[in-house]
Amino acid sequence: MTREPPILQFDRVAREFSGGVRAVDGVTLSLAPGSFTALIGPSGCGKTTLLRLVARLDSPTAGRVEAGEATVSQSVCFQDPRLLPWRRVVDNVALPLELAGVPLAERHASALDVLQAAGLAHASRMLPAQLSGGMRMRVALARALVTQPQVLLLDEPCSAVDEFTRMQLDTEILRTWRTCGATTLLVTHSVSEAVWLADRVVVMAKGRVHADHVVQVERAERDRGGAAFIREVEHCMRLLAAASGAPSNGKAA
Amino acid sequence: MSAPASAIRAVAWPLLGVAIVLGVWQIGVMVSGVAHYLLPPPSAIARAMWESRDMLTAAMGRTALGAAIGFICAAAAGILLGSVIALIPLLRRSLYPLATVLQMVPVVAVAPLLQLWVDNGLPMAILSAAIVALFPVLAATIDGQASVDPGLRELFKLYGASPLRRWWKLDFPWSVPATVTGLRIAAGLAVIGAVVGEFVSGYGGTRAPLGIVIQAAMRDARTDLVFAAVALTTVVGFALFGAISFVGWLLVSRWHASAVNESEDQR
Repeated sequence: MTREPPILQFDRVAREFSGGVRAVDGVTLSLAPGSFTALIGPSGCGKTTLLRLVARLDSPTAGRVEAGEATVSQSVCFQDPRLLPWRRVVDNVALPLELAGVPLAERHASALDVLQAAGLAHASRMLPAQLSGGMRMRVALARALVTQPQVLLLDEPCSAVDEFTRMQLDTEILRTWRTCGATTLLVTHSVSEAVWLADRVVVMAKGRVHADHVVQVERAERDRGGAAFIREVEHCMRLLAAASGAPSNGKAA
Repeated sequence: MSAPASAIRAVAWPLLGVAIVLGVWQIGVMVSGVAHYLLPPPSAIARAMWESRDMLTAAMGRTALGAAIGFICAAAAGILLGSVIALIPLLRRSLYPLATVLQMVPVVAVAPLLQLWVDNGLPMAILSAAIVALFPVLAATIDGQASVDPGLRELFKLYGASPLRRWWKLDFPWSVPATVTGLRIAAGLAVIGAVVGEFVSGYGGTRAPLGIVIQAAMRDARTDLVFAAVALTTVVGFALFGAISFVGWLLVSRWHASAVNESEDQR
């Protein structure tokens, strides 16, 4: 059996900030094409810094982030929606295509397709100020998908929304991953979200990979929130507690 | 509260304030017996305004023309220069402090110098108006474009936008609310600059603007006419300010946080 080469490879990647703070400290990791990986860890453990290195919004001070192919298209969905307030939803979603020089009719058609798939077609002519916080995040996710990226980077997209909206967004992320097949890297604080969405959970602490866990629960079991799913969440919580040096009873909330 | 009721309330309170001030002024002058050449009552000012309405209307038109052209020149130069300075960090570091220093120079002090460079009359009023109106637009444009949300800047970096494209798609639209604020301040200042230019250039005759009318009325001890002319300069400033506020409202009211919050407050 031949193993597919990774689409992204972190080779002893480090990022040191002024003052000698090493946000990322020698991370070696590889992501298989089409995989869904969740990065969890305590605040300041380097999750977001690692994601920014992949997005080329920052550069490593040591090591390399390598793409499996010559050009790998990427897209990012940040913690905040980052929508242009003067633009209608459809124009916000079409922005990456517009900056890439795609003609108006073509980019609008693509943007409307993505909005349709996300169930947001009715909001296409609205301004961001007219949307709820959750809808803005869904628009931001649609914008990240409009370029049909090979790699989708999600930086805590559900951190600023309520629990119900979080569930909606998570469902949307899962649908997106299934239909688009983009290699997805999700940074999150929520262990249950990581286990529900990802097929692999990487636990980081102090800039290093503390644990690399493959989630072995069937999708149906995850959707049901069954015993196997809860055991996985508890296992990951123990890994997280060990990484952050905090005591844990290992019980899922 | 409905929109018309809200609009009526917005106009009614300032009008009531003006009516109270005018009433107190009228009664105060009548009761105190102060000479009308020192402080005419509002009724005398209104009479002077009515009697000289043709001359005052023509004068107001000339002052408005000087202020408006000066304002437009300042707006165009301020937005253009401000954008270039904001776009190029080196220029921002080197030219912005210089612009701030120039703002400190009172236009009255440099007005005689302007006479060396332009003709008396309308060109002088335009130049004087443009000089005082330039800085608020320049500063507001620079500050507005420098205050772009870093997150959005990052987004444009992610999409590989060139600096010029980022300016057009992000920095410029982002700065519109700030620039409109600068323009509103500049509108009032442009009228002051135009009147100062008229004072200094001293042109008159049948084509006198309000600045000259004020000077001539002072010489003739027609204080009522001075007040009437001053009131009309205020009308010019208010009209320019109102026009800019309306254009600004059209541009940003649908999306800018200040406008959104304002409409929510009124609910």
